[in-house]
Amino acid sequence: MPDLTQLTLTQVRQQLADKSRSAAEVTEAALTRIQATEPKIQALLSLQAEEARAQAKALDAQGPDAAKPLWGVPLIVKDVLATKDAPTTCGSKILENFRPVYDATAVARLKDAGAIILAKANMDEFAMGSTTENSAYFATRNPWDTSRVPGGSSGGSGAAVAACQCYGALGTDTGGSIRLPASFCGIVGLKPSYGRVSRFGMVAYGSSLDQIGPMTRSVEDAARILQVIAGHDGRDSTSVEAPVPDYVAALSERGDLKGLTIGLPAEYWDKGLSPEVAEACGAAVKQAEALGAKTVPVSLKLSEYAIATYYIIAVAEASSNLARFDGVRYGLRDKSAESLIEMYVKSRTQGFGEEVQRRIILGTYVLSSGYYDAYYRKAAQVRRMIRQDFEAALTQCDVILGPVCPTTAFKVGEMTSDPLQMYLMDIFTISTNLAGLPGMSLPVGLGRETGMPVGLQLTGRAFDEARLLQVAGVLEKNVPATGIAAL
Amino acid sequence: MTRYETVIGLEVHAQLKTRSKIFCSCSTQFGADPNENVCPVCSGMPGVLPVLNRKVVEYAAKMGLAIDCRINRTSIFARKNYFYPDLPKGYQTSQFEQPICEHGHVDIVTAKGPKRVGVTRIHMEEDAGKSIHSAHDNASYVDLNRSCVPLIEIVSEPDMRNAEEAVAYLKAIRSILVYLDICDGNMEEGSFRCDANVSVRPFGQEAFGTRAELKNLNSFKHVQKAIDFEVERQIDLVEDGEQVVQETRLFDANKGTTHSMRGKEEAHDYRYFPCPDLVPLVLQESWLDQWRSELPELPKAREQRFLSQYGLSSDAAEVLTSERDMAEYFEAAVAAFAEPKKIANWLMTDILRELNQTGGRAGDLLLTPQNLATLVRMVEEGAISAKSAKDILPELLLTGADPEELVKAKGLVQISDTSALAADIDAVLAENPKELADYRAGKTKLMGFFVGQIMRRTKGQANPAVVNQLLAEKLK
Repeated sequence: MPDLTQLTLTQVRQQLADKSRSAAEVTEAALTRIQATEPKIQALLSLQAEEARAQAKALDAQGPDAAKPLWGVPLIVKDVLATKDAPTTCGSKILENFRPVYDATAVARLKDAGAIILAKANMDEFAMGSTTENSAYFATRNPWDTSRVPGGSSGGSGAAVAACQCYGALGTDTGGSIRLPASFCGIVGLKPSYGRVSRFGMVAYGSSLDQIGPMTRSVEDAARILQVIAGHDGRDSTSVEAPVPDYVAALSERGDLKGLTIGLPAEYWDKGLSPEVAEACGAAVKQAEALGAKTVPVSLKLSEYAIATYYIIAVAEASSNLARFDGVRYGLRDKSAESLIEMYVKSRTQGFGEEVQRRIILGTYVLSSGYYDAYYRKAAQVRRMIRQDFEAALTQCDVILGPVCPTTAFKVGEMTSDPLQMYLMDIFTISTNLAGLPGMSLPVGLGRETGMPVGLQLTGRAFDEARLLQVAGVLEKNVPATGIAAL
Repeated sequence: MTRYETVIGLEVHAQLKTRSKIFCSCSTQFGADPNENVCPVCSGMPGVLPVLNRKVVEYAAKMGLAIDCRINRTSIFARKNYFYPDLPKGYQTSQFEQPICEHGHVDIVTAKGPKRVGVTRIHMEEDAGKSIHSAHDNASYVDLNRSCVPLIEIVSEPDMRNAEEAVAYLKAIRSILVYLDICDGNMEEGSFRCDANVSVRPFGQEAFGTRAELKNLNSFKHVQKAIDFEVERQIDLVEDGEQVVQETRLFDANKGTTHSMRGKEEAHDYRYFPCPDLVPLVLQESWLDQWRSELPELPKAREQRFLSQYGLSSDAAEVLTSERDMAEYFEAAVAAFAEPKKIANWLMTDILRELNQTGGRAGDLLLTPQNLATLVRMVEEGAISAKSAKDILPELLLTGADPEELVKAKGLVQISDTSALAADIDAVLAENPKELADYRAGKTKLMGFFVGQIMRRTKGQANPAVVNQLLAEKLK
């Protein structure tokens, strides 16, 4: 019998429903686990212990409610999502101690479903980074090896789930920020199709790329959280009115992969993979074939332009999105400033970290008069072509498989001196965001060299998260178990 | 005669009369306490997103339809990026490359005759908040009530050649907006604002001169004065061999001059790009059909109808149709008493004077059109004198009293009864035998004397027309 905190969301939910555990008991266990693990991994920016205990008590008083699919389940939320009972800093000094007056739609939906929000997770400042080292507060460590990074930008969420501080977390993904930490931390991460989950209340980075998604210890757990947060929201014009299927039911429909075609893009498999990643992911593909899937080579010719395209579009949008942090209405303001322009310059210089400033400057440049056509307009055109590339590939197959990242988690500090090298960590994940498609990271075992988890990436057709979950669910039961980090 | 031609293009910002703001459900009510009509969306809190108000689209498209624009079936919102404390997001959500309406026109008439002025585009956008600078405590305050209030910007072609044409164009645009009931047209409160781009060039030269953008034009008079001043300023510069600088200039209403607001070196690069938070706006044909069918009769058409249906002078037809509520007032009065020319006369003189003095509008008058009709009818039927009617008009306008009752209460009912008046006339003639004799001897000027005496005897209540007629018969 595993420790209570090591249960999956699906398991603990069952125990809560049949009253073999109370919400208070589950919440207390999670808080105790946080106490024990947090000094080692530093996954959390703020803890809402008292609010969580009070909420658990209130839920227990009412008793389990079958209409609330996450009744009594403790979760953690990335600090980029607005929460009205807790600070929301986005990992930035400019929002230190900032408390929103409203809940993000995804957070409100979790609460309505009976979930208990324990804490806000650390992240790269404004979701800009691949390791969570860009947090203005502290770097989060990987629970599998605390000398290594957890990935980013949702590294706090990934580490918290891997360290069993909670039963699932919300992350956000603009270029790989759910999938990369999921891969590095050995958990499941799902970036939904653009428009599947409301972005209302997510502090925007690259608005046309951002999506909120679940990070969990099992595929079914991810399905259960997605079920709650997915669906149209009248407060987000880019959220889509497509019906939300029953994801958990879809999972139980498949025990094998017969009749499915898996696309293998040469561009993802041939390029500089570390041997352990190539080996673990390759073994997973072999397993898929053994389970009845047919594999075909597909071509994503434009993927070599994905990083350049992304770092124009995302930074352009970011330069505009972050303009509201001006020290006028909320957040950090330099009180010594003598003029308006000085107030802007000093507040933003102190409030934003180096990487954020770098991206604001890049974004301002690519939008400026005389450069717009060469950069932004061109990137928008390439982006459309990349989407067409994927659409064409996905007519030949049901799901595209590849690695999430060329390597497993690397050492803290190893890449911080070279931003361009760091940007390459997202090489396989970025195109999914540019194309607006759903993408998933599934742990497929530990690397032979480093002993660190390896993630396999699944990419599907727009709004076909059910298919991704089905394939991931079947593979999950047939690849080597990654297990739980010994922390 | 000047050797220079003036070129004017106008940008009109019209605040739309929607109940809620363009991207959130806050009220647009004018006059609320500072930051009362504010929510996370219009105050630019982290994480919020805009949702487009459908009414704004309808109003913008209706303006486009009214001035014969092409309505773009797909239009795009864009962000205009600049920092200012009253701009909470650090960008204004507007339209740039694909606005909702393009290529329209407005017909104007000036002393030089009729002219067609092109409209380049109409786009939708949000207003910014308001900065209030306090010298008293050396601080600036920001009121975000106006933030996110919907505007349409109507951009003209550089088709106008003098201030008179510019004002005629603005009046025509304003009149159409008000007829459509999509803007209240109030220049003082800022719900109808205008910037003028003005340049000069030697006659015959094709290329435009360097333009200055004039701001702070809060009335038609200011527009006229600012343009006239600016044209002279620019001609003087050119004559002196100097350059006109492309810049924004503020009009100073007290001095009647313009002065530079910011130089070229501070010119903004707005870094427009498509707003990723708003999907492209796609208009359905059925909406356009619906909106087209809802368009009211517009000022020009109504003016034509007033000419033909009521036989008004062209001056009266123009004046009475330029404001929608004046036109409606007139038609309601005519419906109650079918003497359009007489009613038009009353409106064009006493009532218009009153409105000009108070700055009020026909729709706000306490004197109802039905009561005005009653007053005019009483005069026409001889129940009261025209003079009495004019005397009591201020009170009617002030109180909205029923004219018949007021006339009774004041004892102003005219005596038109011939037998009663005949007795008075006989008495006056009997009292003044000398004048009667003189009159009969040929001093016909004394007619006026007798009328005056009769009016005095009847305390002014005698109907002068009846008196004249009876007196003439008696003196034969």
